Amino acid sequence: MAANEEEAVKYVWEGAIPLQIHLHKSEVASHPAPPPALVLAPRIGYLPLLVPLIKPYFKDSLPPGEDSIWFDYKGFPLKWYIPTGVLFDLICAEPERPWNLTIHFRGYPSNVLIPCEGEDSVKWNFVNSLKEAAYIINGNCKNVMNMSQSDQEDLWTSVMNGDLESYTRLLPKLKMGNIEDEFSRKANLSSPQSRQGGTETDVAGQVKTARIPVRLYVRSVNKDFENLEDVPEIDTWDEISYLNRPVEFLREEGKCFTLRDAIESLLPEYSGDRAQTSGEEEADGSQETRGEVKLVRIQGIEVRLEIPFSWVVNNLMNPEFYLHISVLVKAPQR
Amino acid sequence: MDSAGEVVVNDGKITHEGFTVAARAFSDKWKRHNLSLPPWSWVPLINRTLLKKEEGYLSLEKIIILTSLEESAEEESLDVTAGWSEKEEADDDHTVLVVQNVEDEAHYYDYHIVYSASYMVPMLYFRGYSSDGKPLSLDVIKRDLPSSSVSLLLESKWTFITQEEHPYLNRPWFKLHPCGTEEWIKLLSESSSLNDCRMPIELYLVSWFSVVGQVVGLKIPHEMLI
Repeated sequence: MAANEEEAVKYVWEGAIPLQIHLHKSEVASHPAPPPALVLAPRIGYLPLLVPLIKPYFKDSLPPGEDSIWFDYKGFPLKWYIPTGVLFDLICAEPERPWNLTIHFRGYPSNVLIPCEGEDSVKWNFVNSLKEAAYIINGNCKNVMNMSQSDQEDLWTSVMNGDLESYTRLLPKLKMGNIEDEFSRKANLSSPQSRQGGTETDVAGQVKTARIPVRLYVRSVNKDFENLEDVPEIDTWDEISYLNRPVEFLREEGKCFTLRDAIESLLPEYSGDRAQTSGEEEADGSQETRGEVKLVRIQGIEVRLEIPFSWVVNNLMNPEFYLHISVLVKAPQR
Repeated sequence: MDSAGEVVVNDGKITHEGFTVAARAFSDKWKRHNLSLPPWSWVPLINRTLLKKEEGYLSLEKIIILTSLEESAEEESLDVTAGWSEKEEADDDHTVLVVQNVEDEAHYYDYHIVYSASYMVPMLYFRGYSSDGKPLSLDVIKRDLPSSSVSLLLESKWTFITQEEHPYLNRPWFKLHPCGTEEWIKLLSESSSLNDCRMPIELYLVSWFSVVGQVVGLKIPHEMLI
């Protein structure tokens, strides 16, 4: 790993969102109501993992009953199995700091959210995603399955504690293939092709494909907007399409596969219109019906679409080897 | 993948295009041989903004499973809106509750066969609900599953059947984990009369379902496999 890459990964691991958490007013059984709790939430973490930190603030205010904890943002229930940073990027077009969330200890909305049994659920969600990513990258999930119980536990603990050092130490056991970076490739041409299984080389050895685990969240907005603060608030999860589909990474000699290429391969409807992340004036007429990509966000960064996809993957993926991309689009008018 | 005699099934895996072809063949065969059950229908995804070509999933809905009196008694008393955990209730007592029940409680099941682009195999999603539309918890569903599935569920709580988000419906459904599907499809195709390691696409979903269906208690007639 090159020095600047290590730095990027470190930024990702240290990324955090300041949360201001309020207890839902229907669950306040004390006078006066408890003040909101302030917590720093790691981007690569998950909301239920914050519960041990938050609960002490509210436990004396709760009505009697059993806990079934969930969070909402302005009434919009948050899916616990999406990393916290991704939720923030997706839901807060204009970043809100601190992010005001509401915690509920009762009345779990089981018609919308998958049940959560605390840390165990989150851990297995992580392990199952890691397995899926391994399958996409290596063509099997043997390395994850064969990991010893204690290594698997340590790996999870490292993610939970944001301990990049331990994570990096355990990583070789997963034997995940890396995609070569467009830049570092030139530096060490002698290094052997590291991606196995998922890589195919044609006869001439010029075109290579690899599969990259990507989770794409597409929030579509019907009306156009100039500034991010004009983006309407989100009402239901139906406004978000979720695509869990590998990107076929195509490498041709002399051509760079960019983030734009990756996104367009998943969203062909939005391709070819030279959609920029900033509001670019489109010609009227036929363009009117076409949708437009307004914003692409990864790890809180508004990413330029010209960046080589390999760099984005190697540096901005989450610890379960998935690259989570939040996209805001103006829906095509039909 | 694009040649005329296309290899859409190989090594137990199937391409997205292959899946749509296999799905059609499967539902045709099902209609011909499985007269006691309703047909599978193909649900095309047209409303989503981001679709490529033809995409969709197979759906078999409102399959009724009748549970016996004493089993449904407990579940009758469940109230989803109440703040207590259904699981614990179901676990510790089979003895206390005697709720009178006039007739057998019907459980309805919906099954969807969805393509997994990650594993390149089909996946089975399902959900159960009672006649008033209330979703059934896994503990209730367990009583409708074959005993072999129930014991597997005890062994591997997190890697066999789990509640996950339906990839197209944005709602929690139960999912049978696809990890390993490729392996046993390969075994099936090797043991079939074809000497080839490939499986004819028309038989792909039939073979797959002959195994997966059993997990949820849906058997397919032998004639379908020929």
